[in-house]
Amino acid sequence: MAERSFAKEVKKLRLGEGEIFHGEGILAVTKALLQSGVAYVGGYQGSPVSHLMDVLADSQEILTELGVHFEANGSEATAAAMLSASISYPLRAAVTWKSTVGTNVASDALSNLASAGVIGGTVIIIGEDYGEGASIMQERSHAFAMKSQMWLINPRPNLPKMVDMLEKSFQLSEVSNTPLFFQLRIRACHLHGQFEAKDNLPPKFTVRDALENPNREADKIILPPFTFLQEKQKIEKRWPAAVKFILDEGLNEIFDGPEKDVGIIFEGGLYNVVIRALQMLGLADSLGETQIPLYVMNVTYPLVDEDLVAFAKDKKAVLMVEEGQPNYIEQALNKVFNDADLTCKISGKDMLPVAGEYTGQVMKEGIKGFLAKYKSGLVSYDEQADSMAGLSDMTVTAEDLESAIPARPPGLCTGCPERPFFSAMKMLEKEYGEIHISADIGCNSFGTLPPFQIGNTIMGYGLSAASSSAFSSVRGKRAISIMGDGGFWHNGLTSGIGSAVFNNSDNVFIIVDNGYAAATGGQYIPSSARTLKQDERKARIQEAVQGVGVKWVRSIRSYDIGNVKALVREAMTSHYIGPKVIVVEGECMLNLQRREKPIKAKNIKAGKREVKERFYVESETCTGDHACIRLSGCPSLTIKPSPDILREDPVAYVDNSCVGCGVCGDNVHVAVLCPSFSRAELIFNPSGWDRVKHFLRQGVIGFLQRHADRKRVRVVL
Amino acid sequence: MTDKMTMTDKAIRPTTLVISALGGQGGGVLTNWLVNMAEKNDYFAQSTSVPGVAQRTGATIYYLEIFPRSAVKEQNIPPVMALMPMAGDVDIVVAAELMEAGRAIQRQFVTPSKTTLITSTHRVFSISEKMALGDGTGDSQMVLKAAQQAARNFVAFDMESLAADMGCVISSIMFGAIAGSKRLPFSREKFEDAIRAEGKMVEANLRGFAAGYLAAETPYSEDRSGAEEADAAFGPIAGKANTPETKALLARINALPDAVREFAYAGAQKLLDYQDLAYAEAYITELEAFAVQDKIPFTLTHEMARYLALWMAFDDTIKVADIKTRSERVRKYRQEVRAEKDQIVHMVEFMHPRLEEIIGTMPVAMANMVQKSAFLTRFFTKFTGPRMSDTTKVSSFLMLYFMASLRFMRRKTLRYAQEHAEIADWLANVRQALSKDYDLAVEVTRCQRLIKGYGETHERGLGNFKTIMATLAQGKVTADRVRDLRAAALADEDGKALKKAIAA
Repeated sequence: MAERSFAKEVKKLRLGEGEIFHGEGILAVTKALLQSGVAYVGGYQGSPVSHLMDVLADSQEILTELGVHFEANGSEATAAAMLSASISYPLRAAVTWKSTVGTNVASDALSNLASAGVIGGTVIIIGEDYGEGASIMQERSHAFAMKSQMWLINPRPNLPKMVDMLEKSFQLSEVSNTPLFFQLRIRACHLHGQFEAKDNLPPKFTVRDALENPNREADKIILPPFTFLQEKQKIEKRWPAAVKFILDEGLNEIFDGPEKDVGIIFEGGLYNVVIRALQMLGLADSLGETQIPLYVMNVTYPLVDEDLVAFAKDKKAVLMVEEGQPNYIEQALNKVFNDADLTCKISGKDMLPVAGEYTGQVMKEGIKGFLAKYKSGLVSYDEQADSMAGLSDMTVTAEDLESAIPARPPGLCTGCPERPFFSAMKMLEKEYGEIHISADIGCNSFGTLPPFQIGNTIMGYGLSAASSSAFSSVRGKRAISIMGDGGFWHNGLTSGIGSAVFNNSDNVFIIVDNGYAAATGGQYIPSSARTLKQDERKARIQEAVQGVGVKWVRSIRSYDIGNVKALVREAMTSHYIGPKVIVVEGECMLNLQRREKPIKAKNIKAGKREVKERFYVESETCTGDHACIRLSGCPSLTIKPSPDILREDPVAYVDNSCVGCGVCGDNVHVAVLCPSFSRAELIFNPSGWDRVKHFLRQGVIGFLQRHADRKRVRVVL
Repeated sequence: MTDKMTMTDKAIRPTTLVISALGGQGGGVLTNWLVNMAEKNDYFAQSTSVPGVAQRTGATIYYLEIFPRSAVKEQNIPPVMALMPMAGDVDIVVAAELMEAGRAIQRQFVTPSKTTLITSTHRVFSISEKMALGDGTGDSQMVLKAAQQAARNFVAFDMESLAADMGCVISSIMFGAIAGSKRLPFSREKFEDAIRAEGKMVEANLRGFAAGYLAAETPYSEDRSGAEEADAAFGPIAGKANTPETKALLARINALPDAVREFAYAGAQKLLDYQDLAYAEAYITELEAFAVQDKIPFTLTHEMARYLALWMAFDDTIKVADIKTRSERVRKYRQEVRAEKDQIVHMVEFMHPRLEEIIGTMPVAMANMVQKSAFLTRFFTKFTGPRMSDTTKVSSFLMLYFMASLRFMRRKTLRYAQEHAEIADWLANVRQALSKDYDLAVEVTRCQRLIKGYGETHERGLGNFKTIMATLAQGKVTADRVRDLRAAALADEDGKALKKAIAA
């Protein structure tokens, strides 16, 4: 069960000709796929396209009706390889993943796919995780398009354009026999807008049709001599076909304006920012009416030389706006203009920052600088600067704010099963000394952040086991690799554990099994429990590692902090030479709560006896050292001003979001903290026996408390 | 040039909103309400969001633009709306937490000519603030000050407690506050219709909306910001003295300098409650001694009033047991865990007595005997280790009640002897410092802050305290030096910073 259900939204996927679709970009893209008669879809979740996978998973019914095959692929490489079905069959296909990381994983298959070429339209929707909110290293997917010669679509971010471009993308892919990337940025994925829908099309040719009439084309095999022919074909046939289609269909757009001797060329995705920047300078209006001619590259690869030359021919200068680096397009543009003997100057990274996101302000400054150089006097107005000018007479300085406002790094959720594990690790390091730890992608990567700060490197999804390889032969102090179950199935089993067995690595491998790909929104993975009653699973991590030959395998419940600590210590000190695997189990609390909460609520309503647990900290005994927080970092374990005016330090405090997972209490015991923690057990619909016990106990306790109270009020100051 | 004029005509510019909310604060719901309301009322609406990293505990920034259809009637083409807020171009900023408002100001989304800033004044502390060994919290007052300077209109109130009072989610309070700020071209009814249209928890949301609307109509003012009230120490303290002896003590407290009184009274109360009247009197006697050597503004005595009381009321097992068995504690407890009236609530205490705690509660002679005898040590070790005791069970309660009753012999316990020996040394150090450097004496006094907690935490704190006291003996120690060392001691758990500072 994914974190977010689109059960309601997917109804919108049934909208027919002429109806108006209102919704998120991701949903619009899915609708566009169905309108394009796609035959099979898949991918691997990851922000910002996790929701696309969730939407597809929730659309099973519609997909089945249309005869579309959906597969939640095991990794991006799996998804890319799946596309091979479109090499020899006219099957329209779409897969999605997070880029550039997902494209890295997929690139082996992609190179082969691109070389063989496709006859069925093949679209890879990549969520370009760049700029604000990005969770990965900042790179461009552009390079992949160039090296494998796959086209790169970067549409203007508004829903009608995105939908139209996606439909066109399938045609472009087919006429040029080339798979292509359809690039969306974070905000475009979460963009709410509207467009006029069309009817969904069942695929003209289905995967079943393909299996029933297999078609083998020898020259599509990636072996010499065909590979040489395929490269020629790319240049002689596919490229020209693509350029012609882009030109004929006018995929790139020109918005002309009166200031003819300058122009701005930019990636489609940047259109809205450019327009807003021009508005700020009084050079465009809210409807996109512009003074400066604009060339919008909805296709950023390949470039359409003659088109660009026509645009720039009579211009003094153009500004090439291209986010991220290297500035591939700007470089190409110079070559294009040079070959065409244009006198038009090209500005780009000289006016705009080489690295980093092009926000409205950055864009405005860049355009302003460009116009100052080539069209002085045009800009007489800067609304944004005027608005900001008002800030100059603030007495509170930027430095004041810098020191006043704490950072808010992400962390594990309330009740997360990984928290007790990291608590145990932190306590172990206190006793045992520091350990070299390879961390991984996923929720477990938050272990590298405060308060735990556990983990020396992150090398990629499922690669933590592999990244301790350099230390695998050292006999003595051992290295630890921590990865999540998601990463394990993504590739950790083969690239990490399998390799460790083969090389008789002496390291310790810890796999955190929370039952889902939790960080991306709780998607199912092979070891997810299908039915929670008999905890039936498609695959078990323990059996998988034994299957590849690991002899030393242990499993443990993550919330059992003391024993987790002891077990990891055992693994670190055991005389056994060879890979040692510990599977730390505990279901993702978000999923657990989503399932259990309603049931509990229903039972309480129905008058059934229920016990709700949550923790409580005694403010009178808490002295404000916060050692408990340094071992936990739970969102619900927070602080409040001390009720005692004599104490300066805030005291620990458990807010109402506590789910009673018990980590605080266990930490108190294992780390010998303080006597301030208490677990409240709230009993709903108590049984008769509960009542009797309570009555008797309160009789005694109440009496003694009243006695003490009376004594206390005898002498008051 | 004329058509350029129309382009800068702000009349047809979109209205822009930034909403900054933390996980679970319903920023998404709020955004949907706004979008649906705008679209129903003949506006174009576009919203998007940037989730905090991996959607976990970070803040999510929602960005909306709305634009009147009437403005494009003739061309009937939709406007071009931005996907991200631009510094200096945001009409309304809504923050569901104070520091997030601060961040919006840092990013210059808030300007005096344009922006209505609506924020909750409550804090959701970040891990960096929570994990500090002392007080690591951010500076709310600074942010409030900046907000007043940066915003065109500033609306601020504690939305969280209001939401709690109204029994609704914070998003409906924010929605009400947006309506109340009257920056959007929609009537109150249109807002309420949006809530009804959504159809979820309509009653509660409308309640919250109304409360938020009302709160937003009253502009922000300091006294609503939760800023510290003016120092209540001035003037004599009325107190509730009910015996001749306590009346006399109260008189002595009121005889102390104004600046000292509030703390002295709090301290005396604490110690009377902790031990007995004589104990409180001893404390006041000590303060009086310092007061006569002190001068305006009586900083030393003021600090001494605080730290001496805290130290004299050291956290021994007797104190802990006492607190956990009190009736008012049960009341507070039930209220905080939101127990319903007469609901049965079990209170399971997590304790981990070590031999030190047990021996510390014994009379000195007995304690020494136990420490000498391997057998007795082994015997009492049986009572150590992790314990979970439900204080609503008679057995556990009686156990703690008995521990609390040992107060009568507290003065004889080993722990008492140890603590008071330390206190004596400390006071001696303060007096010695006072003889040559007033500021140094103040800083030495403040070092008591390092001593807190239980078990290892207490040992760490006391260790650091002693390390700093030891430097005094070397002479030539300045007040600044002591302050720096104290800061270093609070910088990290494993004492790295302090070691470095000492070496420096």
